[in-house]
Amino acid sequence: MASERKKGRGQIRKAPFILLTVSTLLWIVGAASGEPSRVLEQAWQVCLSCIGIG
Amino acid sequence: MEFARKWVQILFGLLTNANWAFPFTRSIYQGPLKVICSPGLNCYSCPSSTTYCPVGSLQNILGGIKISLSNNQYFFGLSVIGALGVLGAMFGRMICGWACPFGLIQELLHKIPSRKFSISRSLNYGKYAMLLVVVILFPLIMVDEFGGSSPWFCKFICPAGTLEAGLPMLLLQPNLTSTIGALFYNKLAILLSVLLWSVAASRPFCRTLCPLGAFYGLMNRFRMVKLKLDETRCTNCKACHHVCPMGVKFNENPDDPECISCLACLHKACKFEAISIEIGGMPIAATPARPLGTNVPDSAKYPF
Repeated sequence: MASERKKGRGQIRKAPFILLTVSTLLWIVGAASGEPSRVLEQAWQVCLSCIGIG
Repeated sequence: MEFARKWVQILFGLLTNANWAFPFTRSIYQGPLKVICSPGLNCYSCPSSTTYCPVGSLQNILGGIKISLSNNQYFFGLSVIGALGVLGAMFGRMICGWACPFGLIQELLHKIPSRKFSISRSLNYGKYAMLLVVVILFPLIMVDEFGGSSPWFCKFICPAGTLEAGLPMLLLQPNLTSTIGALFYNKLAILLSVLLWSVAASRPFCRTLCPLGAFYGLMNRFRMVKLKLDETRCTNCKACHHVCPMGVKFNENPDDPECISCLACLHKACKFEAISIEIGGMPIAATPARPLGTNVPDSAKYPF
């Protein structure tokens, strides 16, 4: 009963923090390998095939 | 709350599409903000777009893996997946409900008076197939003789791209009309179908086809900000079922991957304070937990 009451008040869930940490690490690894410049390179051009033209 | 949500949706729509000079420049934004990931589905070839589309970027990176590896560049889309993961871990599909411009367009269309239809739950799996097969596997497998691949989802399906980028670019650069063909008309037909479907059903694209919604949906159970059900207060009156625009039966599955946290169940339906918002497990605006086994008095029951 005590644990149920504690659950009702709320317990910190670990899953979102783990997911947040893993995602941040992935982003850092990707950024360190220079991916953002590749993303920018794509995003600065009109991708005609992306929008169904050409 | 619905009013506030609409304003947040409009705000995010404007923030991710802040290049309002496009009618004069007649081209897309090419500034440094495009290194920022758009939380919702927003084509980066849209003339007003100031952020990159995660779905488009991921496909382009995956489709170019062979070429980048041959140049000793190790681009696997980790920065895009990481950015999406951070957003998903924080908000899950709350982004669909609060920050996606294409979601807003579908919601506005659904307000047009007409006969309304439900969407079969089985169709919801379509978006997972779209994410796995069309967004991830096709760019990896279907490569040409040069080792590159197409952004399959953007090229053949994405109605947001046709609406936000294809049509505006044709208006801004009329010389492009000479290049349109079957591909464009096929995408136009998909766009029109989705728009018409949105009038008759609530958020059909989000529920059945959107790969971004699928990605966020997979993280819905684990997200930081989410709705919580107090089972001791829930009377199973099913009022939350009737107001949900995504067809979620909240009291039966509070972690449903379709829940976009629009808060309709919280503010429009539940009269028993059985639904609350929690951040990382800690309730905000919390109501004291009712001891287990205590029923809500008859006088407090939903009036039907």
